[in-house]
Amino acid sequence: MTNAFDLAAAVRSGEQSAANALAASYAAIAARDDEINAFLHLTKARAQAQAAAVDHKVAGGEDPGPLAGVPIALKDNMCTRGEPTTCSSKILEGWRPPYDATVIGRLEAAGATIVGKTNLDEFAMGSSTENSAYGPTRNPHDTSRVPGGSSGGSAAAVAANYVPLSLGSDTGGSIRQPAALCGVVGVKPTYGAVSRYGLIAFASSLDQIGPFATNVTDAALCLDVISGHDPMDATSIPVPLTPTMPTLNDGVAGMRIGIVDELMGEGIDDDVIARTNEAAQALVAAGATVERVSIPATIYGLAAYYLIAPAEASSNLARFDGVRYGQRVEGQNVAAMNVATRTAGFGDEVKRRIMLGTYALSSGYYDAYYGKAQRVRTLISNEFQAAYKNFDLLLSPTSPSTAFEIGAKSDPMALYMCDVCTIPSNLAGHPSMSVPFGVGDDGLPIGVQVLAPMLDEAKMFRAAKVLEDAASTTPEASA
Amino acid sequence: MSDVLPAGWEMVIGLEVHVELATKTKLFCGCANAFGDEPNTNICPTCLGLPGSLPVPNAQAVDYAMQLGRALNCTVSPSIFARKNYFYPDMPKDFQTTQYEEPTNEEGFVVLPDGTSIGVERAHIEEDTGKSTHLGGGGRIHDATATLVDYNRAGVPLVEIVSHPVMHSAEVARAYVAELRDILLATGVSDARMEEGSMRVDANVSVRPVGSTELRTRCEVKNINSLRSLGRAINYEARRHVDLWTNGDEPKQETRHWDEDGGRSTPGRSKEDADDYRYFACPDLPPLVPTQADIDAIDAAMPGLPAARRATLAEAAGVNVADTTLTVERGLDRLVVAVIGAGADAGAAMKHADQNLSDGQGELSVESFAALIAMEADGSLSSTQVKTVLAELVANGGSPADIASLMGFEAMDTSELESLLDSIIADSPEEWARFVEGDRKVQGFFVGKIMKATQGKADGKVVNQLMTQKAEG
Repeated sequence: MTNAFDLAAAVRSGEQSAANALAASYAAIAARDDEINAFLHLTKARAQAQAAAVDHKVAGGEDPGPLAGVPIALKDNMCTRGEPTTCSSKILEGWRPPYDATVIGRLEAAGATIVGKTNLDEFAMGSSTENSAYGPTRNPHDTSRVPGGSSGGSAAAVAANYVPLSLGSDTGGSIRQPAALCGVVGVKPTYGAVSRYGLIAFASSLDQIGPFATNVTDAALCLDVISGHDPMDATSIPVPLTPTMPTLNDGVAGMRIGIVDELMGEGIDDDVIARTNEAAQALVAAGATVERVSIPATIYGLAAYYLIAPAEASSNLARFDGVRYGQRVEGQNVAAMNVATRTAGFGDEVKRRIMLGTYALSSGYYDAYYGKAQRVRTLISNEFQAAYKNFDLLLSPTSPSTAFEIGAKSDPMALYMCDVCTIPSNLAGHPSMSVPFGVGDDGLPIGVQVLAPMLDEAKMFRAAKVLEDAASTTPEASA
Repeated sequence: MSDVLPAGWEMVIGLEVHVELATKTKLFCGCANAFGDEPNTNICPTCLGLPGSLPVPNAQAVDYAMQLGRALNCTVSPSIFARKNYFYPDMPKDFQTTQYEEPTNEEGFVVLPDGTSIGVERAHIEEDTGKSTHLGGGGRIHDATATLVDYNRAGVPLVEIVSHPVMHSAEVARAYVAELRDILLATGVSDARMEEGSMRVDANVSVRPVGSTELRTRCEVKNINSLRSLGRAINYEARRHVDLWTNGDEPKQETRHWDEDGGRSTPGRSKEDADDYRYFACPDLPPLVPTQADIDAIDAAMPGLPAARRATLAEAAGVNVADTTLTVERGLDRLVVAVIGAGADAGAAMKHADQNLSDGQGELSVESFAALIAMEADGSLSSTQVKTVLAELVANGGSPADIASLMGFEAMDTSELESLLDSIIADSPEEWARFVEGDRKVQGFFVGKIMKATQGKADGKVVNQLMTQKAEG
């Protein structure tokens, strides 16, 4: 499978048909996905109809759009009209949404074909895609290992070359961390840059949809398609996001880039730190100045996140009560039915976070937990803003380690630590992305994270492109 | 009022009034805000709370809420939506989007016709729930065999107006609610129909010894569907509290259900086992931040409100403010003020507004109303005739003189009346003798005969005068 940019060009010029590109994608999935388990459901009829429409446009001399004929996979927490949308939870088994998420309309309007829905940690709660009611997804680089999570299915679908593009959602690192573990590019845009309408909420103030791609250019192409104001989402930013494609190759000469001190120490593996330092050198080689910068409040990010996100989740997930849709387990009265349905329908991690969040919002505890976490969030935002007075971009590892063995992290706290580098961007609402940069001592992919100020995706992508180009020419990074 | 409670006790009442805003669409989606449609026809992913759906505030609803706030003399401030979390099947998201710590409207007041000012703590925006019908059992959710839910009402915009606990009688509470209704109708932000549920009143009732300023344990009485029920429910509840206190017992803080047929309240959920609502700012909705210009525009466009209209009318008609309530309620105050301005007798104008214009002014113009009052004053029409002409003016408009002449309402000559009276006296000598002896009860007999003979054209006052003259003469 070629990349999205070249594939779209070939489809637009009539060199290749969307139908063939789609068939190739389904063939790749059929060949390997029994093992990988990236997909929960394939949307073949819809994709084939869309591919035919794209080919028809090309035949008629019309331009089907910048993603013409590009197969794309969607994390299964994005509502897809008439197709199963499960969030990898038993509680939504059998439910078919009557509407499409806004991103789907944008992708199809740009000519993309939606091939199917990918596996995730239930309701996007997890960092390994092991918390799925439909079994874990395996890392295409080593199938004994996790792909990361929660968007593990979307990351694996791109890493396994099923599709050149996929969408995930990122609440605390759920795009960037699996991107790092699967050796692909993953982008968390500015909060509000991409519509959340139709994304089944985990933590509404943190959730953001973004692309996975095999390369930085494809990720930029996809982000430029899916971003933009949506009147259906009140948190959608009213101004259009500056396109990332036009300046993609502008380089980093003259940029000031800071390496976040607090994310380069304890808890981060040595090989990850080594690759991050090499990435910094590559940026210097491209003309940027790189310095260390301290953002002290980031060390409280994890604690604040594990109060705010569960608090919002406890409210967002209340609606799964067996009354209107999805699974219902009968009970003697409505309250008993609610309890029986939720007990049977939710997995352990979801229940754990609902309880945590319920507790954090309870009267008498609100100020000590949720209230304080919100103050930490404000502090982190302020410190980032202060840092961006002196720096154009920031740099850090994406994940503390390479992909770990399935089942290796049974302690929830050990899994929560996976998000330590990625959470601060969600709390601040700023964009960040993971770019593959070499491999670890175990030969598995490592990603570095580029962080940018609010709405400065274009600048972030320039640095990502420089890193991508350097990774392909740096001996130790291109292994 | 004084005899509702035993001597020495005073009731303390605070009201929570929910009003549905008269917007075309719901608070957070484009579904129709309509009463009485087929169940579950005005619904969409957002008001059904489907996974992935998001709310977007209805600008008209926010505007109406601020208008109402200003009409209640509240401070309008930047506000945030909050989630009130609890499970209930007619609440699609299992949380209600409302306002908690920072409501749109705070600290206002409502002036009642008698001049009393009732403090309003807040008037916040929230979404309505759907409507449940519990089948089987006692019609309550816990013992129902099935529950049917209509989500048409889910997401309808509401403003909850919370008064301070400053009312001390059912009469004042009723006057407050009546005044709120008039304000809602005057501003047009709600149709304020208690019977259709577009205005719903919950009463927080407690009692205390007269002279005390303490606030004792209160009960919240729900399911009050009319002003009459409101008065009954408050008095019942206050008496119940006094009975408990005087028996050495005390009320439990709880929600109670008013049973209109039984004339009593029954316990609902106790506050002890009530949910912890876990309020927090709704992350899907940005704060509402009205500018001073927005607020100024609302104030500039504010229609005349009942209190100000009562004052204007009282001044024009030279009466007490309390005597203007009915006229203002009927929306006749502008007509009456104008007709007085045009030179008509104020007493006559007020009398007709109170007695003969209960359905509103219809097609009646200021000019024709003034002319009619003049015709009545100079005796060219009898009061019965004035009523008939007035009804015609309300129905179809026109000039009172033309209508009077079309109806043959030429004032009768006194001499004509006198000869008519003489002939009736001749026909009924016994009755006349009784009248002359002072039996005034037979007066109606003669007036009735004359009215019948003249088809109502005679002026009753003139007939009375003639009879008295003849009897004395």
